[in-house]
Amino acid sequence: MKHVLAVLVEDKPGVLTRVAGLFSRRGFNIDNIAVGETVSPGISRMTITVEGSETIIEQVVKQLHKLVNVIRVSNLSEEPSVMRELMLIKVNAEAGSRSDIQQIVETFRGKVVDVSPDSMIIEVTGNEEKMEAIKLLLNDFGIKEIVRTGKVALLRGSMVTRDS
Amino acid sequence: MKKKMTKGAAMITSALQKEGVEIIFGYPGGAVLPLYDQLYDTPLRHLLVRHEQAAVHAADGYARVTGRPGVVFATSGPGATNLVTGIATAYMDSVPLVLITGQVPGAFIGTDAFQEADITGITLPVTKHNYLVKSAEQLPGILSEAFYLASTGRRGPVLIDVPKDVFDQEALFDYKIECEIPGYKPTYSGHAGQISRAVKAIRAAKKPVIFGGGGLIRSEASAALEKLVERAQIPVILTLMGLGAYPGDSALFLGMPGMHGSITANYALSEADLIIATGVRFDDRVTGKLDSFANHAKIIHIDIDPAEIGKNVQIDVPIVGDVKIVLEAILNKLQPGETSAWLKQIENWQKQHPMPGGLKSSGGALKPQQVIREISRLCGDNAIVATDVGQHQMWTAQHFIIREPRTFLSSGGLGTMGYGFPASIGAKLAAPDKKVICITGDGSFQMNIQELATAVNNRLDITIAIINNGYLGMVRQWQDIFYDRRYAYTRLEGNPDFIKVAEAYGATGMRACDEQEAAAAIELAMREKGPVVLDFVVEPEENVYPMVAPNRPINDIIIGGERS
Repeated sequence: MKHVLAVLVEDKPGVLTRVAGLFSRRGFNIDNIAVGETVSPGISRMTITVEGSETIIEQVVKQLHKLVNVIRVSNLSEEPSVMRELMLIKVNAEAGSRSDIQQIVETFRGKVVDVSPDSMIIEVTGNEEKMEAIKLLLNDFGIKEIVRTGKVALLRGSMVTRDS
Repeated sequence: MKKKMTKGAAMITSALQKEGVEIIFGYPGGAVLPLYDQLYDTPLRHLLVRHEQAAVHAADGYARVTGRPGVVFATSGPGATNLVTGIATAYMDSVPLVLITGQVPGAFIGTDAFQEADITGITLPVTKHNYLVKSAEQLPGILSEAFYLASTGRRGPVLIDVPKDVFDQEALFDYKIECEIPGYKPTYSGHAGQISRAVKAIRAAKKPVIFGGGGLIRSEASAALEKLVERAQIPVILTLMGLGAYPGDSALFLGMPGMHGSITANYALSEADLIIATGVRFDDRVTGKLDSFANHAKIIHIDIDPAEIGKNVQIDVPIVGDVKIVLEAILNKLQPGETSAWLKQIENWQKQHPMPGGLKSSGGALKPQQVIREISRLCGDNAIVATDVGQHQMWTAQHFIIREPRTFLSSGGLGTMGYGFPASIGAKLAAPDKKVICITGDGSFQMNIQELATAVNNRLDITIAIINNGYLGMVRQWQDIFYDRRYAYTRLEGNPDFIKVAEAYGATGMRACDEQEAAAAIELAMREKGPVVLDFVVEPEENVYPMVAPNRPINDIIIGGERS
């Protein structure tokens, strides 16, 4: 099963290497990772998607906790939470297919952010299923390139993942 | 008023003094010159080794004996990379160290400058934490954190990499021993509910054993352990790292478990209905085949590192905390169960299965086990023994009676050949009044033999007992048992004359090929000043038994070639 971990870390040099190194040397697989600042200065938040059994995830969480720069680890998959990812897709778009593509994009509440004579860039945000669905539909036109940010997530309601 | 500015190098030496450091193990070089220049003016003692790896092992031996962090200096590049094996050794065995390496000046970092190596990158997986210092302002905080991290929670090595120009930079020096690290809050007291469950389990158990490791020694838990054993009448099994936490000659001590453990210890773990695991990490050398490990037992696991609990074996009563504090809490509520029938059964096992080996061989060649038992007998109580890695290490664990914590030093987790001799140097400096013996092999000793210069130069009374069988004995034993006696490259042809080597360095040397010579050699070593090298030429193809083959259940034991 896939788990989404929110990892609050001190914003110190090498902290990403420490986290990534831990995953590789202990044989854990990172599906994707997104890093950015938080409301507290000096503290960054990593959202890490990792696949594994309950036992593996328990070890991942405990081993992450052992890193001195890691302040808090919480498993957002265990709580109701909102998860989103942003994807940019460059798709073949001759004049004749543009309106079909436009329709698909609207259905998925995406945005066209760039148009050239033979291609378009589409921006779409959402959860994993939505990404897969739009990819499938645009495949018919020929996808030239894809880039994804990796998942980010927040707990639903007023609960927060605290940094102290 | 203008505040006083301090140079980076001076910050380091003052911090070491404030932390109560007495001795530094090290080796100078270009990038660390400003620090050595500063050190020259301080009362801090510096032990000059002949290879940086030996500096780490010596600091490690010092730390295991004193319980305080061992401190190492080395230069950038090769100086720093030579530390790596020693750091990994200390990391696996949870030994507190603070290592300070010089680095090329800040402006050169990342340019492949002369003697540049990314030592923080290299040591990331084998340190508890490490730092690359960017400016002298950071030094006081980093030094204080390094000592705090190394010596609290689960102990471990911490490395600080200091660019050469930072040693000469000036900044304000306001040193605080206490420090606050947001992501580091070790748990010391155990959870009260879990402690109550442990107490209940102990009261209900009919066949309990205590299974203890290095955590007992690191947390100074021996007194609490002895009380628990005495009051609840529970037998004790200690891992290699735990030896000495409970007296090795006590009736309730069953020996070491696992691959070369005692038969009684392995039977007891396999038959027990309760295992009280204290400061152990269920290493594969101990558990054998995991699926069949301790199938009848409920397991209480006490450890300061939450990640060890449930890592290899499922735990019924997990208790995160300092082993000593938790044992004391259990003692406060202890209600002993009824264990006499169990103790009777254990006594029978002990009678039926004494530790094999060491009987006289027919050809009159020396038996290694017998040499080790004789050294143990003549050393008495006041000794520290360090070992290298291999057959002699297992024989020492089996036959040398270790009575006190912090008197047995061995590389358990990493299994580092070359550890023993430098560790014994650190031990002698930590405890000058103790008799210090390094039991080593002809293979292991040659991995840090150059330290004879260090030992002679510092007039250290250390006995080095080489169990010389002319082989990489443990590897040869595996070739004997698992590879059809194909001794691929394990015969150590071209070994030097160890007596002449000793003498060339200015040490005393003596060879023993039979029992009489062995007795005379050991007696000489007890009297002689300075390092003494004893070359015991032993039965070349003696194997270590009992033995549990890798990934076999621990009650499936080979005794001298036969399965029990």
